[in-house]
Order: sequence, then structure tokens, then C-alpha cells
Amino acid sequence: MHRDSDRYRMFSRRAAIFLGGQVVLLSGLGARMYYLQVVEAERYQTLANDNRISLKLLAPPRGLIVDRFGRSLADNRQNYRLILTPENITDLDKTLDSLSAIVPIGPNERLRIAREIKRRRRFNPIIIRENLEWNKVARIEVNAPDLAGIGIDVGESRYYPGGAATAPILGYVSGVSEKERTGDPLLELPGFRIGKAGIEKTQDLALRGAAGTSQVEVNAFGREIRELQRVEGQPGAEARLTIDYELQRMVAARLGDNAASAVVMDIHSGEILAMASTPSFDSNAFKRGFSRAEWRDLISNPRAPLNNKAVVGQYAPGSTFKMIVALAALEKGIITPQSRFFCSGEMELGDSTFHCWKRTGHGSMGLVNGITQSCDVYFYEVARRTGIDRISAMARRFGLGSRLGIELPGEKNGLMPTRKWKKRAKGVRWQQGETVLAGIGQGFLLTTPLQLAVMISRLANGGRAVEPSILRQLVSFGVPEPEPGELPQFPEIGVNKNHLRIVGRAMARVTNSPIGTAYRARIKNPEFRMAGKTGTVQVRRITKAEREQGVRKNSELEWRDRDHALFVGYGPVRAPRYAVAVVVEHGGGGSTAAAPIARDILTEAQVRDPSRGRAASLSPRRQPAGPDEG
Amino acid sequence: MGLVPERQRESTIGRKLWQINWSFVLLIALIAGVGFAMLYSAADGQLDPWSSRQMARFGFGLVAMIVFALIDIRTWLRYAYFIYFASLVLLAAVEVTGSVGMGAQRWINLGFINVQPSEIVKITLILALARYFYASRVEDVERMTHLFVPAAMLAVPVFLVLRQPDLGTAILILVTGITIFFLAGVRAWIFVATGLAAISAIVPVWKFVLLDYQKQRLLTYLNPESDPLGAGYHVMQSKIALGSGGLFGKGFLSGTQSHLSFLPEKHTDFIFTMLAEEFGMAGGLGLVGLYLMVLVYGFFIAVRSRNHFGRLVGMGVVAAFFYNVFVNIAMVMGLLPVVGMPLPLVSYGGTAMVTLLFGFGLLLCVFVHRDVTISPGTADGNY
Repeated sequence: MHRDSDRYRMFSRRAAIFLGGQVVLLSGLGARMYYLQVVEAERYQTLANDNRISLKLLAPPRGLIVDRFGRSLADNRQNYRLILTPENITDLDKTLDSLSAIVPIGPNERLRIAREIKRRRRFNPIIIRENLEWNKVARIEVNAPDLAGIGIDVGESRYYPGGAATAPILGYVSGVSEKERTGDPLLELPGFRIGKAGIEKTQDLALRGAAGTSQVEVNAFGREIRELQRVEGQPGAEARLTIDYELQRMVAARLGDNAASAVVMDIHSGEILAMASTPSFDSNAFKRGFSRAEWRDLISNPRAPLNNKAVVGQYAPGSTFKMIVALAALEKGIITPQSRFFCSGEMELGDSTFHCWKRTGHGSMGLVNGITQSCDVYFYEVARRTGIDRISAMARRFGLGSRLGIELPGEKNGLMPTRKWKKRAKGVRWQQGETVLAGIGQGFLLTTPLQLAVMISRLANGGRAVEPSILRQLVSFGVPEPEPGELPQFPEIGVNKNHLRIVGRAMARVTNSPIGTAYRARIKNPEFRMAGKTGTVQVRRITKAEREQGVRKNSELEWRDRDHALFVGYGPVRAPRYAVAVVVEHGGGGSTAAAPIARDILTEAQVRDPSRGRAASLSPRRQPAGPDEG
Repeated sequence: MGLVPERQRESTIGRKLWQINWSFVLLIALIAGVGFAMLYSAADGQLDPWSSRQMARFGFGLVAMIVFALIDIRTWLRYAYFIYFASLVLLAAVEVTGSVGMGAQRWINLGFINVQPSEIVKITLILALARYFYASRVEDVERMTHLFVPAAMLAVPVFLVLRQPDLGTAILILVTGITIFFLAGVRAWIFVATGLAAISAIVPVWKFVLLDYQKQRLLTYLNPESDPLGAGYHVMQSKIALGSGGLFGKGFLSGTQSHLSFLPEKHTDFIFTMLAEEFGMAGGLGLVGLYLMVLVYGFFIAVRSRNHFGRLVGMGVVAAFFYNVFVNIAMVMGLLPVVGMPLPLVSYGGTAMVTLLFGFGLLLCVFVHRDVTISPGTADGNY
């Protein structure tokens, strides 16, 4: 027992030391707990929330685009997407095989799908196909039991009811490229699309709206468990255009296969009622994407289907410019309406000979007949006497030679040359021959069809500086409807009303006098009678030798060597309201290629009378007085 | 020894049952109850799959514990070596037939139950060492030569477990064994000398013994934030769960970290984290307090015993239990590397729970037979 008591004492001492050690170590755990759960608690709470809460952006629906009567030009349609959820799939190859019976899936696509599956979490769906046709959607739903893991999901995609007819105005939307990222997280959303051309581009920010957010609780694998909070975004604003959809479609159809453009404008308000450019492209095609070959065709086509020729195309105005030359000369007193010049069919200036389009000549010409018959020699002489600087200054008052600020991208300036300009740009003195050419709207001069429409509007509205617009208003969602705006009061451009009346009478004779260049394209209904001016722009140089052998007809030439055909006009002559400018690239003569198109467009515009609603909403006293009958 | 202790008489089973320290049993049941609740929460508020099975195992273990407590302590003494060798055979068998779980061979299939022999060895080693030392005089223990046999008894299972490889359990067995050496009265300088020798062995061990994943664990332990999505992820998420629990926690069934699967192994190794996330520091300290009560109880049972075998067995069980608790909690708090160690009585796991209750059975047995004195040589049959 003695021995045991020794051992007992030793054991008890050591057991007590051990117990003490245990207490110390457990206290250490307690201290650690205090540190983690009290001292550092806040930090870890933040980390825990970061862990579990993930902020998702909700893409706002893109704003609609409607025409002046509220008809849809661009809206969002349901887009049936074929999706595959990897975690629900047991045998990928087998599933894709059965799917191929409904939606063909090529070997490349299989590779892409396999790659995506590897890259993503197993519960994140993969998009196999977008814009699925309804009958395929139905077949997939019927076969659902054999297609576990395959599903249909509904997204939104942009739809343009007008297709190619409205594409030059509306543009299109497409995915965000690397360069276009601004740091706005909305742009990072997969599948987010922004405007790349037309109204979609210039009004992109307004149409886009503001993103909503959704706070979702996620687990460690990123799977969403539930939504904690949701802040709805602001849908994009509705863009109301001045366009009349029906007229727009008619105009686009009338231009047909030509490389052409046409602008229809209200001469008082400046509202663009139609603006067509052909050939065009189908805005809807951008959502499915193009093959490499299709895209190459689109961008290298000499008829430039992606360009809105009405604002981007620049053409010499040709004879449509003669009214401007006449007004410049009248204003400076260089000619009177009674002044006469003799047209022998050509004019000599220094070493050069300038020809009239009519080789035999027009004989003795006055101002009105000069315009009516588009006598070139008459205007050579008038221009020579007036000088380029005065002509250009007058042209600028009519909106030519500089951008008009329409709500469309890429608008071109055109060009109204002056002596100073040539010295600066070319480093050479201005030649008098160039002034003579400018008299018939050729040489350095460049205008856009939109500028021509503005020019003819200002001629027709009594000399007011009407400015074109295509966007009537932006209506934000949830914001009270704005009052219909008053018609802007455009200032006078300060052109003598008498001179305008004389020019107007001449333009009325172009289409209504049997000697007028566009008599055959006249509108016969007296109510809708049209005034206007033809223009034929030579795009190649006619050599002396060719002239001696006889100038070849346009129909004998290569397409790209043919003349541009132009026509500007307005109607009705009695109380002008609608202006039209038509340019047919390489169409041949203005009177044969452009004037008939303008006639049909202007007839349709007057029959439809899209400005009527607008005028009625305005108080009568604000309605600008129409010019006197020309 | 010719003296017959006055209380040394054969007790009936009924009397022995009465002798069992039932408040201790209640304490154990209380801790296990905490475990059931946490497993219920880990399964998102369902008894299946963990909580219900854990209850069944606890029930089985509890019966075994009572049976163990009633077996005469001298019987345990007599068969101590046999049991130890049997457990070594199981351990060796793992080498041959063991199935691989979580990258290591730890389990052996006995037909009706999967057994983890390394857990069983923790208890059988205590028995063997206690049997060796129960007859040693104070002077004997002070002799180096006297320590070779127990050192071998310790080294063999440590080596076998290391081979599985299960570094955590190996170290735990080693530390438990060393604690028994300490309690048996081995001189302090021997520990110091062995310690120095061990430190000098670190470099060769690192180079030739440790496997890459074990090295990786040790390294990420030193700086867990360095690799938040890799090996340090578990500890980082565990700390976030603990820290975000705060003083009083997020509430039962409401731990975001655990329920959203950020917390790994929440029903096994990281169950303490889940408790501390849902019940905060208050809950964590509460459980640690319960564990401390078990340790203190164990201490008094051991020192109260009138035989040295009982003292060593009792304190040995306490030591094994303590190290288990400490390593697990320190591990989930980022104080020790993650070695794959369940939290005693709480974590889901059959063998760990049942062998632990075997251990507590021995502790209760020590208590029931606290007044039995055993003379050296009794184990050989002549008592």
C-alpha cells in the first residue's frame, strides 16, 4: 500500500497538471471564439453576405419605335430559345441525336456545346438556338419526355415589322462589341443588344432604359436559391417618329430595285414623312446573324445597302440647282425675270466649249423657260455673271452644303464651293469654267437627297428656314404624355417673295407645260398638281471624240457610267404641303427615271395627307401661311 | 498481497447498475443531443439522413457503454493485451482489404458494420499501456529500459495509422500515448529529450514521410488566405461562418454559410462551425463548457480510483477525448491544420461515436470499480 500511495500522489499531481493544461487550452479556444465572433464579427458578416448575395442586373425592355400614327416600327417579340441544361442530361450524344430529328445540329455545333458544358456550371443553361420557329417549339414540347435537359425559354428580341423598308431609318441592334463597352454593367449582360445604325443608334441611350437589379441568394456553387430584393428597371423610352409607315413602305416599294433614295417632307414643319433608301437590308436578319459570305456581300455591294443614301449619299444637284442660281442672280440684280440669253446649243469660254443638253439649242431663253426646259446655256451665262460665291451663299440659305442635324447617324455635309474654299482645299485658284459648271449644278457641288428635300421645301414654303426632323418625341415610361408640341416657327431666309413666286411658276411649268422637261410625269388630278425640277448628273467625262461620233445613250453604258437621275418637287401647287426629293443612282435622265417615281410618291403623300392630323392639333393662328400660288 | 480490501466483494449486476454515475451518462446524452440537433439542421431541418441514424448509433453505443461499465475491471485488465493485439490485427487488415474513403484507407468491412480500426486503437492502446504501467513502481518507471516495451506498443499503431495515411489520427494516438507515459510518472527530461529528437527529425520526415496532400494542408494552415478557392477554402469559409455568427448566432436552421453549402463537411468535421454560426459564441462556449464538465468528471473518477490500472485507464480516456475535442475545434477555428477529425459525440460518424462510448464505458467501469484494489500479478489470474 505504501508503494501505491507514492504512485497515487505522483499520479494525482500529474493528472491535475494535465487537467490544468486542458483548461488553459480550452480557454484558448474560448479566446479565439471571442476574437472571431465578437472582435471580427462585422468583417465576417460582410464576407458572409458577399458569399451569399449576388446582384443580378435585369435588362430593361428596349423602347418601342412607332410612326407618327403610333404604328409599330420596332418592337420586342418573344424569342423562343432552345436551351440545354447540362445537369439534367445523362447522355449528351443520345440527347443531341434525338434533338437532331427536330432541329439539325451539326458536328461543329456539337463541339461548341461540349465546350460550353465544360466551361460552365452544370446548372447554367446553354443556348443552342435562338428564334426557334413555332412548329419546332411545339415538336420539342411534345417530345419532352425523350429530351430530358432540353428546354424552351422565352427571351426578347427586336422585331421590325417594316423589314427592309424601314431599315435605313431605324438601323438595327446587335451585340455589344469590345470597343463599345463603357463600363456600364448593362452592356456586359450576355445577349444585351445596342443600336448600331439609324434611330436605334442615335437614340440608343433613351431606348435602352435603366437596368433593374435583383438581389439573389446563391449557394456555394452559384445556384440561385431565392430572390431577396428586386428593383424594377426603367423600360426604354418610346421613340415616336414623324414617319408615316404606310407611306414609307410605298416609297421603298416604288424605288424598287434601283440604287435610289427618296425623302418626303412636310414643307412647313420639316417633319420627314418618309425616307427610303434602296437596296436595303432586313433589320430582322441581324438577330440571327449573317454568314461570312452574306456579310461580305452586304458591305462590298456597290449599291451600298447598309447606307442610308438619303443622308449619307452625296450627289451633284445637277439641274435641280438652277432655281438657286436664278435666285442668286435675281437678288443681285444681275438678271431680271425678263432678261434673255440666246442658246445655240453650246457656249464658248476661253478654250472650252460648254454644251447644252439639247444639241440644237433652245434659241432665245428667258428665266421661266430656262427652268421649264432646263436650258443649260442660259444658266451657264447667268452663273458666269453672278459668280460662284454668291451662288454658294444662296445655296447655303436653302440648306445645301452643310449638315442639317437630322436625328440619324452619319449625315454628310455636301459641298457648296467658294473661291476661298478652293484656294484652301486644293491650293489652286478658282476657274471661271467651274462657275459655269456650277450654274447647272455640276463640278464640285455635292448635296444629299435630304438637303435637296429641304431646298425644295424652302422654295415651296415661301422662304422659311424649315429644318428637317424625323424624331417627334421620346416618351419615357411612367412620365405623363407630353403635350403635342407647337410647330416651330422657322425664320425667314430673306429671299424676295416675288422672286420665289417666279421660280415657283417656272417649276409648276416643268411638270405642267407641254414643253416642260417632266410634262410626261405630271400629276393629272388638278387637286394634287405637282411642281418640280428634273436633274441629270453626268458621272463620266464625255470626250470630244465621243461627242463627234454622237453621245452614247445611257442604256448603252455600263451601270456605273450612267447618269444619276434626280427630281425635286412639291405639291399641291395651289397650296404646297409636301416636298419630295428623289435620286436614282445611275438611273439615266431625271425626267424619265426620277420624275415618275416622284410623281407617284407625291400623289400617294397627298392622297394620304399624313400631316392632316398634325395640322388639326395646332391652333389655326399658328399655322404658317402657305406661299402664294406659283 | 494478503490484505483483503474491506469493500472488495462481488457485487450483483443490480448493485453495479446502481453504482453507475448516471449524471455523467446524462451529460454525455446531453452533448449527443446537441449533435442530433445540429445534424437535423445540417439536413435542412430533417431527421434524415444523419440525425436519425446517429441516434440509433448512440443508442447502440449507450448500451455497449453500460455493458462495458458492468464488466469487472480485472477482466479488462486480464484481456487488455489481447484486445490490443486484436485491434492491431484489424488495423493491419485495413492495409490489405480496407476500402478507400476520402483518399485514405481507413475503413474495414466487418460484414454488418464498417469499422475504422484507427479509432478503436485509441481505446485499446490505453488499456494496453495502463496494463503495462499498473504494476510498475515509481522507480521502475524512472528507468529508461523499462520504457522500451510501452514505446513499442505506442509506435506500432502510430506507424500503421500513418501508413493509411491518416496523419491526424496518428498524431492523436501518439499524443494520447505520451500523456499516459506522463501520467505513469516518466521523468520530465525524457520528454524534453524525445521532443528535441523529434524536432531534429522534422526535416527528414517532411522530405520522406509526408505525402504531398499532407504537406499542402500544413502549408495552407500557415496561410489559409493565400489560396481562398483551393485548399484554404474550407478554413476560410469556416471562419466566415463562425465570425458571422457573432455573439448569439443566426438562429437554429438559419446559418447561411452552412445551409448554402459554403461550409464544407458541415455534418462531420465542421459541425462545430455550424453550431457556432447558428447559436453564436454563446452556443460555442456552451458546448465547450459541457466538454469541460466531462473532462473534470473524468479527472475526479480517475483520481478517486483505488487501483492504478483504473486511474491510468480513466485518465487515458479523458486524454483521448480531450485531444479529439481540442484538435477539432482548434482546426475549424483555423488554429490547427485541417486533419480530418470529427467532433466527439456531435459529428456524424459511426465508429467514432461508438468507440468513444466504449471509452466512456471503461471510464464508468473505473468508477463502478473505484474501490477495487488490484495487486500486481492479478492480471495473470491469481486474484
